[in-house]
Amino acid sequence: MDIRVAPAHLASTEKTKISVRDLNFYYGGFHALKNINLTLPANKVTAFIGPSGCGKSTLLRTFNRMFELYPDQRAEGEILLDGENILNKKLDVSLIRAKIGMVFQKPTPFPMSIYDNIAFGVKLFETLPRAEMDERVEWALKKSALWNEVKDKLDQSGSGLSGGQQQRLCIARGIAIKPEVLLLDEPCSALDPISTGKIEELIHELKADYTVLIVTHNMQQAARCSDYTAYMYLGDLIEFGATPEVFTQPKRKDTEDYITGRFG
Amino acid sequence: MTPPPQADTGGLANAIFGSVVMAGLATLLGTPIGVMAGIYLAEYGQKTWLGSATRFINDILLSAPSIVIGLFIYSVVVAQFKSFSGFAGVLALALIVIPVVIRTTENMLSLIPNALREAAYALGTPKWIVISSVTLKAARAGVITGILLAIARISGETAPLLFTALSNQFWTSDLSKPMASLPVTIFKFAMSPYENWQKLAWAGVFLITIGVLALNIAARVFFRNKH
Repeated sequence: MDIRVAPAHLASTEKTKISVRDLNFYYGGFHALKNINLTLPANKVTAFIGPSGCGKSTLLRTFNRMFELYPDQRAEGEILLDGENILNKKLDVSLIRAKIGMVFQKPTPFPMSIYDNIAFGVKLFETLPRAEMDERVEWALKKSALWNEVKDKLDQSGSGLSGGQQQRLCIARGIAIKPEVLLLDEPCSALDPISTGKIEELIHELKADYTVLIVTHNMQQAARCSDYTAYMYLGDLIEFGATPEVFTQPKRKDTEDYITGRFG
Repeated sequence: MTPPPQADTGGLANAIFGSVVMAGLATLLGTPIGVMAGIYLAEYGQKTWLGSATRFINDILLSAPSIVIGLFIYSVVVAQFKSFSGFAGVLALALIVIPVVIRTTENMLSLIPNALREAAYALGTPKWIVISSVTLKAARAGVITGILLAIARISGETAPLLFTALSNQFWTSDLSKPMASLPVTIFKFAMSPYENWQKLAWAGVFLITIGVLALNIAARVFFRNKH
């Protein structure tokens, strides 16, 4: 069975942002991603779906080399961001992470004020005068639809916000350093439907400026907010294509079974 | 000032001063070492042999009787310089502070969820900034509580000072000379047959009790306010 997916599924007008070539990933001896080949378009939202343990979060964590924090995890193959292999050990991982931001499943505000939560990342890469920093913080908070709720309490602790607000704060923190790609690892799984709705709206707006990759357990969410969908199972990429096609006319029986809820 | 036997006047000023100076310097010396070692154990050396060895030795140091620490400093400092001194007292007290601070720092840092570290790394943050600005800051309340408890512990220790700082009947701020301290003065005065010394010993006990109580309350208040 050939489980590789040809990158030809992208419409010819799309600009490629990330290409994954023969990517294999190992947790110690466990082979978690098997020969992944994938081409991801710029300024689109791509959703990764699949049952738990299929490797979708693992795949996302290779895009910013987050796995390198753990010595027993390793990736083989190539991930090209605008033609440059980001798995190349010689590249500074900080610069890669500045270009590829990430938001996690659980909101993780830093133990500092709302303002400093946003300014923290910016200060790592740029030295801005106070006024410009203020502007940047305001811009990021507006972009993440949080400004109106927090503009009067920027000096208060970020952990005092509600879960949904904290998650938008984390998104604001991610986009404040102006990355090119945004990785969202189940960003709504800990949130109520209203907060989820706000973040989905936000994802729609973000794709104008960023390439967004989202891992989700929620198939309705993938259908609602993505342009492309990748279905993964047990470390293999089973199907990749435009979201309407994957959801309405899946090419593979496995995908159809998962999407229709017959398993997973 | 500690009075001669059977005098009508006198107090504990030199002993209070000596205790505050030695406990203060021991904390200033022991805290950075303890915090840095704790950071090493929690963030760098979790699974390395050096980390395991340090953790094991620290556990032993943590439970070492304080008189052993006093005798250790006596043999490596006092016997070498042929003089009891305030410095030797500071070193002995610092040796008690260090393992307490290492243990609390490591424990508090280990409680910080990995998700917070990953979120900081995901912004491209170098490791030392992640530790100094994010994880240590998140663990701040616990680390400070540990330091306060270490201060409370050393402010009542007698044994490590007995063979190091000894004691001094007179006022001195020279750390190279024997130095008075509350616990040793209490030990000396309480055992004496003179009534005025016995009274001062009780006063000293009261002062230490109040001091340690205040530090414990401060630690609890601090911890509660941050959570």
